[in-house]
Amino acid sequence: MNWRGNLLRFCDVAGLPILEPFVRLAAGEDKREQCIGIAKFILLPIGAVCVFLLLWAGAASNVVTDSAKLPSPQATWAAGKQLIGMHYDQRAADKAAKQAKLTEAVQLLAESNAYTAAAAEASGETQTLLENKSLALKKRAVTAANFTPSSAPTFIDQIWTSVKTVFFGFFLATIVAVPVGVLCGMSPWFNAAMTPFIQIFKPVSPLAWLPLAFIVIMWYYAGYSSGETFFNKAFLISASTVCLCSLWPTLVNTTLGVASVDKDFINVADVLRLSWWQRLTKIILPASLPLMFAGMRISLGVGWMVLIAADMLAQNPGLGKFVWDEFQNGSELTYARIAFSVIVIGMIGLVLDRIMIFFRNLVSFGNPSPV
Amino acid sequence: MPICPSSFCLESESVPFTQSESDASSRAELAPVRQSVSLKQSAGSTRASFIATSGKLALLGFVALSGMLTGCSDSGVTLEDLEAAAAKVDISKIEIDAEPSDSAVMLDLEKSDLTFGFIKLTDCAPLVIAKEKGYFDDEGLNVTLDTQSNWKILLDNVINGQLDGAHMLAGQPIGATIGVGTKSPIVTAYSLDYNGNGITVSNEVWAQMQENDPALKSPTPKHPISAASLKPIVEEYLQDAGEPFPMGMVFPVSTHNYEIRYWLAASGIHPGMYTESDIKGFTDAQVKLSTVPPPQMPQNLEADIVKGYCVGEPWNQKAVVTGIGVPVTTNYDIWKNNPEKVFGVTEEWAEKHPQTHLAVIKALIRAGKWLDSTDESGKLVNREEAVEILSRKDYVGAEKEVIGNSMMGTFIFQSTDVREMPDFNVFFKHEASYPHYSDAIWFLTQMRRWGQITESKPASWYADTAKKIYRPEIYRQAAELLISEGKLDPNEIPAPDYDGYRAVTTEFIDGNEYDAKDPIGYINSFEIGNKDDESLAKK
Repeated sequence: MNWRGNLLRFCDVAGLPILEPFVRLAAGEDKREQCIGIAKFILLPIGAVCVFLLLWAGAASNVVTDSAKLPSPQATWAAGKQLIGMHYDQRAADKAAKQAKLTEAVQLLAESNAYTAAAAEASGETQTLLENKSLALKKRAVTAANFTPSSAPTFIDQIWTSVKTVFFGFFLATIVAVPVGVLCGMSPWFNAAMTPFIQIFKPVSPLAWLPLAFIVIMWYYAGYSSGETFFNKAFLISASTVCLCSLWPTLVNTTLGVASVDKDFINVADVLRLSWWQRLTKIILPASLPLMFAGMRISLGVGWMVLIAADMLAQNPGLGKFVWDEFQNGSELTYARIAFSVIVIGMIGLVLDRIMIFFRNLVSFGNPSPV
Repeated sequence: MPICPSSFCLESESVPFTQSESDASSRAELAPVRQSVSLKQSAGSTRASFIATSGKLALLGFVALSGMLTGCSDSGVTLEDLEAAAAKVDISKIEIDAEPSDSAVMLDLEKSDLTFGFIKLTDCAPLVIAKEKGYFDDEGLNVTLDTQSNWKILLDNVINGQLDGAHMLAGQPIGATIGVGTKSPIVTAYSLDYNGNGITVSNEVWAQMQENDPALKSPTPKHPISAASLKPIVEEYLQDAGEPFPMGMVFPVSTHNYEIRYWLAASGIHPGMYTESDIKGFTDAQVKLSTVPPPQMPQNLEADIVKGYCVGEPWNQKAVVTGIGVPVTTNYDIWKNNPEKVFGVTEEWAEKHPQTHLAVIKALIRAGKWLDSTDESGKLVNREEAVEILSRKDYVGAEKEVIGNSMMGTFIFQSTDVREMPDFNVFFKHEASYPHYSDAIWFLTQMRRWGQITESKPASWYADTAKKIYRPEIYRQAAELLISEGKLDPNEIPAPDYDGYRAVTTEFIDGNEYDAKDPIGYINSFEIGNKDDESLAKK
């Protein structure tokens, strides 16, 4: 294929039809048609965003209650810049603190060595005292070297935490939902057995799971304090809530995908006398991948929405906690920061969706469905 | 003594001498990504292989992405690295203390990385100050302060071990230990502050109160303001709406709940009883006191969900600044120098980490002292700095002006009525940080008065329970260490023969006398509330 075809295919698979007119324009195709495309997919949305910003600015100057006012776009932008600036300041401060602690650790260890040397020359009670002092210094040196900055997580840290949590929860959901979905799709008996669970649990409001997830995690980690466990408890609680909610779309779509594999494919498998395993890996899985990924895309979207709410409710680290903490602050900047987080949450949701669209299109072999 | 973990984690970027190692690990992390790229290049042309490969590719990419996002990259500095660096330091120049004394040796901490929870209120100040002024650091503690959205979550997180300790309502360790609400033993060795709360009513209610009592119409009405002028409003509301007058407090075992009940009952308004089946405390209520997290109080008042509330600062001043309500009284007027918040840890944690606990209390005592230090003229010298620190977004987060008022010793009731209240927030003076048994007993008497303690208990039970929860011996031990280090004066803590009972006082809004040694008599002295058999006072 030539570069034009490759690029167009990339736009298609990556779910970025926006770029298509530019590629065609560069390839010298009909200019008028491409300009219309650009106007439709780029200029028009930009215009719409501008109108939205104007309306928002207008609303911001009017929506004022006694205790708060709606932040304007400018205030939101300024708050966002400040939040990001705070992150880098904090990082620099943490790094300096860490470096200082490391220097201190080296110094303490050197002192400890000095005491050990002195103890070797002394005798009796003095020796014990000097040795004790040396040990104490050494212990402090190890603590200092292990120092981790204890500053509150910044906005960027919280974004990172949320993204990690959603992917982990989603990953858990996928490794449970796909095999179960495949079994459901392949065996009507198994499907019948699973149906009541799917029917009952699928519509459950995500946050109702949270207290239950909480109990299970707390039971599992009973007796451990924070820092002693491989996973952070709060992280697992959020992730398992995400998992419990994003299980269903993948499961249902996988079942559907497996159950509706083209009869011709099955016939071919019969003719070739494929084993059960071969049938699964060569025919059923590849053929049901598009629907599976379509389900996963919905799952990830659900997971992201649930996660923010779960963080808010359970005060687990993440963007939800950030928003809630800001809401509790009540200073003038609070609402601007919340508005900025809302936009960031939306953007991340968009990016996650695009990633899943990309994967889905990749497995739809040649005919990606419209976005 | 195990002091050498084989490898301990340090972030590579800050450690110059492990550069090569961190390079290797980042290369390893990139490996799966590269693999997926090479797969893409070898993608075949037949349809079948395209299906299989792109499927694999998608799965691989997906797995790699999750792996990259969840996996943590910790490369460490080993003890050898540290020793190698230390060996380069010329130790001949280090002065050796020929006879190091035991007190010079730091406490043998069981745990140095701690997380404490707090609620966005100015009385979390000792914790914030101990962290920001480096007092925790001086004890070798690396403390993270984590804000909690409400008192219930805070308590749960302390009990389940996510938090090592927390800024708590004084009633919380008591309630949790005796089983009002959640049951799990919690102890306290440090009282965070005295006073600091206020009762605010909406503008509309204030106007009606002024109608009922013309004396309140003055720009500077006489304080303390009792609930007498509120009584007709409450009665009328109950008649018209058919339900109790809605007001807010922050938690069922909070000081706020007992204070607003005290204030209302002192004027003959019934705030409702807790019973075995009514854990919300609405039985017989003329005023319905519902639980609202502190920072949401002003919004709730503005939305007319509650008509008034009792909450800590800065949420009363917030109502004044934004003009949505009028504070009518403070808890300083309801009970002068009443206990407010404590630093709580679970009993189990305290038993497992005695030295760490001691170190924490040492740092907190120093923070309390710093907060209350004054110059010769009696002016609080460090409060301005404290206000700046508290106003940061990760702590209280409200504007400096809002926090500043009460912290600097002025309380604004209305724009015309600004009172100097130097003792509005007391962190250290008047022995405010010492855990007095009599303070615990006061909470127990109120829990019994309002029915949260459902059965009658003998007087000895009150004293024993207080001793179980309040741990002045730890406070005293920490204070003595500080005295030996020259950081505290022996006069600043109660005398060694002090029995933990503050002097009998009548400094309450109703002039009632509180003697912690006679809890039954105290409970029976109120007109509204449970009564116990007098004979229990002797048991």
